Amino acid sequence: MASLLKLVAQRIALGLLLLLAVSVLIFVGTQILPGDVAQSILGQSATPQALANLREQLGLNDPAYVRYFHWLWGMLHGDMGTALSNGQDIATSLSGRLKNTLFLAFWAAIVSVPLAIILGLIAVRHKNGFVDKLISGLTLASISLPEFFIGYLLIYFVAVQMQWFPSVSTVYDSMSFLERMKAIALPAATLTLVVLAHMMRMTRAAILNVMQSAYIETAELKGLTPFEIIRRHAFPNAIAPIVNVVMLNLAYLVVGVVVVEVIFVYPGMGQYLVDHVAKRDVPVVQACGLIFAAVYIGLNIIADITAIVSNPRLRHPK
Amino acid sequence: MLTLKNIPLSAWLGLIVTGLFVFAAVFAPLVAPFPNAEIVGDVWEPMSAAHWLGTDNLGRDLLSRMIFGARTTILIAALATALSFTLGSILGFTAAVIGGWFDQTMSRGVDLLMAIPTLIFALVVLSVLPGNIVTLILVMGILDSTRVYRLARAVAVDINVMDYVEAAKLRGEGRGWIIFREILPNALSPLVAELGLRFIFAVLFLSALSFLGLGVQPPEADWGGMVKENKEGIVFGIPAALIPAAAIAVLAISVNLVADWILNRTTDLKGGRGNG
Repeated sequence: MASLLKLVAQRIALGLLLLLAVSVLIFVGTQILPGDVAQSILGQSATPQALANLREQLGLNDPAYVRYFHWLWGMLHGDMGTALSNGQDIATSLSGRLKNTLFLAFWAAIVSVPLAIILGLIAVRHKNGFVDKLISGLTLASISLPEFFIGYLLIYFVAVQMQWFPSVSTVYDSMSFLERMKAIALPAATLTLVVLAHMMRMTRAAILNVMQSAYIETAELKGLTPFEIIRRHAFPNAIAPIVNVVMLNLAYLVVGVVVVEVIFVYPGMGQYLVDHVAKRDVPVVQACGLIFAAVYIGLNIIADITAIVSNPRLRHPK
Repeated sequence: MLTLKNIPLSAWLGLIVTGLFVFAAVFAPLVAPFPNAEIVGDVWEPMSAAHWLGTDNLGRDLLSRMIFGARTTILIAALATALSFTLGSILGFTAAVIGGWFDQTMSRGVDLLMAIPTLIFALVVLSVLPGNIVTLILVMGILDSTRVYRLARAVAVDINVMDYVEAAKLRGEGRGWIIFREILPNALSPLVAELGLRFIFAVLFLSALSFLGLGVQPPEADWGGMVKENKEGIVFGIPAALIPAAAIAVLAISVNLVADWILNRTTDLKGGRGNG
């Protein structure tokens, strides 16, 4: 048990270290150009005196590493600075949007994960049959479809032609839960369709891999019922790969959410990020980029830990 | 051997459709019925004999825009893929041949880059870089080269311990010879199979960036940018935005069909699965 805790702690520490390195990368990534933030705020016609004042005020005269630690210290304390474009506090604008984004991603995950696993099981049950072929074909199509194609198809047919759901997913605080669910129905459906086929196919591969092992054959030969085989032998061994598949796709969902939010004009973090990239608002971009990366790395750590916990073989590294 | 009869139907379909797109892209000014940026009719006209796909949000001929858009989309995606392959495979091979600290530094660096979702990192970098096509190709190519690097290194590590590489080293060939004359020819088939997939990824990535307004800037247009230009029409029941989006999907699927076939063929050559 102690060794298990140690492994988990090691994995988390490694993840935090990675996150730290990523924060350096994001900070450096926005400093590639010698371009000057003060210049871009004030425009080309700014007087040298005004530029110098603003530089002083923003701390741009400090060396890069001082600014990095200042920024990192602020991020760790929830102080993300102010947006250059409108002077608003970033943390305040972000918190509501982060909640919206997580709400959307949460419901997309709740729908897509069980659906993918059930469909994956069906594909295994009818291996090489019609259903299985259909699923392979759909996977090929779905990795080739851009998110906005699926999104606008849904808007065109479900929202505009049939008028079942609104085409623009506006949400605000005073909305009731049901209204909110109705607003996110189409974006959540788009996200589900984007990750579903891939998740299904990988689940299928993971279960097939387990079902073809020698111990399953042994279990069959000693006369266990199919249900017992799955409960005692197949399921425990399939958890780790399936959790891995699910986490990989949830991480993908984090990225897909950016495009989907823009399609449906959903007030989430992705749209906030895209808007401010266009405005070249570096502090906002840094903050959003770091949060997206943190969620992504966090999901990967969870996947690794689940794999360690559910697979005794990984607990005793050679 | 490769004969025309051995190509399966799905690969034929992929080859023909991809060929059509490339043809339209190369000969765009000759094929397109109208110039790229000329306003020739009303806003969002429906499909007609004069405008086969209707007109767009400014009254430009949509079919002509699509053909010129094919040119931009395919050119940028192809250049980015070429960059990512050159960079990724040369660095990957070098890391495998030199090993030691060089390999460690490169591989950990690639791990770090891959710890951030590609789209997010591209957005971060594009927020400070100037918005032009060269930047776009560089950003796409460099970020994608991490995937190629991993594959190239994995393949080259296996080849590097083969007897013929050993022999070449013993007869005193330099690293350049080892990489380009011994490893490259033998690593080519898995890399070529990957090429199609990377190209699709580049097309989808470029389209996503342009759709978000951060890729190709107007009046130039690629397909992702055209979806963005025409998206307001969707709520009025005007499907103009769906056409470029569908074109992206069709191109990606047909390249995928070809890549799938090449992948099966190369595994055949290694004595793998027995299918045509």
